[in-house]
Amino acid sequence: MAGEVKTKLSKNLLRMKFMQRGLDSQTKKQLEEEEKKIISEEHWYLDVPDLKEKESCIIEERSFLRCEDLVYGRMSFKGFNPEIEKLMIQMNSKCKEEKIEEDDKMEADVSDEEMARRYETLVGTIGKKFLRKRDQRVLKDDDEDEDDEVEEGNSNTRPCKRAKKMFLKPQD
Amino acid sequence: MAAMAMERGTAAEALVGQVVLPGDLLLLPAHYDEDAEGERLRLSAGTAPQGRLLCGPGLRRSGAGLLVTKCGLLRHRPGGGGAYWVDSQQKRYVPVKGDHVIGIVTAKAGDVFRLDVGGSEPASLSYLAFEGATKRNRPNVQVGDLIYGQFVVANKDMEPEMVCIDSSGKSSGMGIIGQDGFLFKVSLGLIRKLLAPKCEIIQELSQLYPFELVLGMNGRIWVKAKTVQQTLIIVNILEACEYMTAEQRKQALAKLSGN
Repeated sequence: MAGEVKTKLSKNLLRMKFMQRGLDSQTKKQLEEEEKKIISEEHWYLDVPDLKEKESCIIEERSFLRCEDLVYGRMSFKGFNPEIEKLMIQMNSKCKEEKIEEDDKMEADVSDEEMARRYETLVGTIGKKFLRKRDQRVLKDDDEDEDDEVEEGNSNTRPCKRAKKMFLKPQD
Repeated sequence: MAAMAMERGTAAEALVGQVVLPGDLLLLPAHYDEDAEGERLRLSAGTAPQGRLLCGPGLRRSGAGLLVTKCGLLRHRPGGGGAYWVDSQQKRYVPVKGDHVIGIVTAKAGDVFRLDVGGSEPASLSYLAFEGATKRNRPNVQVGDLIYGQFVVANKDMEPEMVCIDSSGKSSGMGIIGQDGFLFKVSLGLIRKLLAPKCEIIQELSQLYPFELVLGMNGRIWVKAKTVQQTLIIVNILEACEYMTAEQRKQALAKLSGN
């Protein structure tokens, strides 16, 4: 009797945000579908065939700038206006720089492999520079420990080393 | 021949360096292979890793080909997808986005200045579009000043708009041009010739004496040298360059440097 009487919550109530948690996945899906249907029904659309977008490989350009590679319009000669002369070099080298960069890539005098090899050794040395003295010692000790471990096969020596550095509490 | 060109169009490559007239149709390689080799070749051309073709001033896209809208010489530049444009002779400037031009301030209307750039309509220039300008710190621009600036908005339906800063907010040479000096107008073709990299005229002039030059794409040139006489000499040479051959120009320059 009690089961039949069990009241059903209205759809609108179920759709509310705070009710979503308790819902099981099936009802959730159902609700979503219904919502979608409502939305799509409300929208109206033009019944026209799809526009076929042709991919064009032609760009229209109204400026001569890109066609003719024109230089910068301000010029100064023989030191009449040094500011402009500086600017001229800057502006007119912009397009040339790219070409120069490409050339650089072509004839790198240090090969990538050699560079990697050099940096390998550098990492340790430079890394040390940024560590505090204390940390450096620890780093060194660790290295030594590792060596010891390899040699002796056990790390019994380690606690002693650490113990030396520990602060000894004075006895009362 | 002419009739055939009207109906079917000619290959763009064949006309490079020759006179083209408005209405001519230029065909591109992918286009005229169609008849000869059929679909197969066209597809293979389409899938090739080719850059996009640049269709410059004086040309318009029409189907897969190009339609000529100005009369002049057809120019072509290889590299990338290549570029075609028409090198025409004209005096009327049409604002183009990105062009650097010299404008004359004709009015101060509240937040914007009106600039005469030689186009069909005056251009507007916001007082905030100067380097270091803020609402408090207005640039000192008076009516009649010359301004070297760049178009940010330029199309046939809207009022052209200029700025005197680049995308990073720097002036990079744009802004008010100095008080004295001499402004004159030449044809747009000559300006492009002067702005071409390694222009002989400019290189020869630069050997003479110290002077400064501002070239606007709208055909205006501003010159300043140490004396009025020197300024006028440069002006006369530049104006005459339009109608002089290279040899005549060299003779004129030789005469000058001899003095």
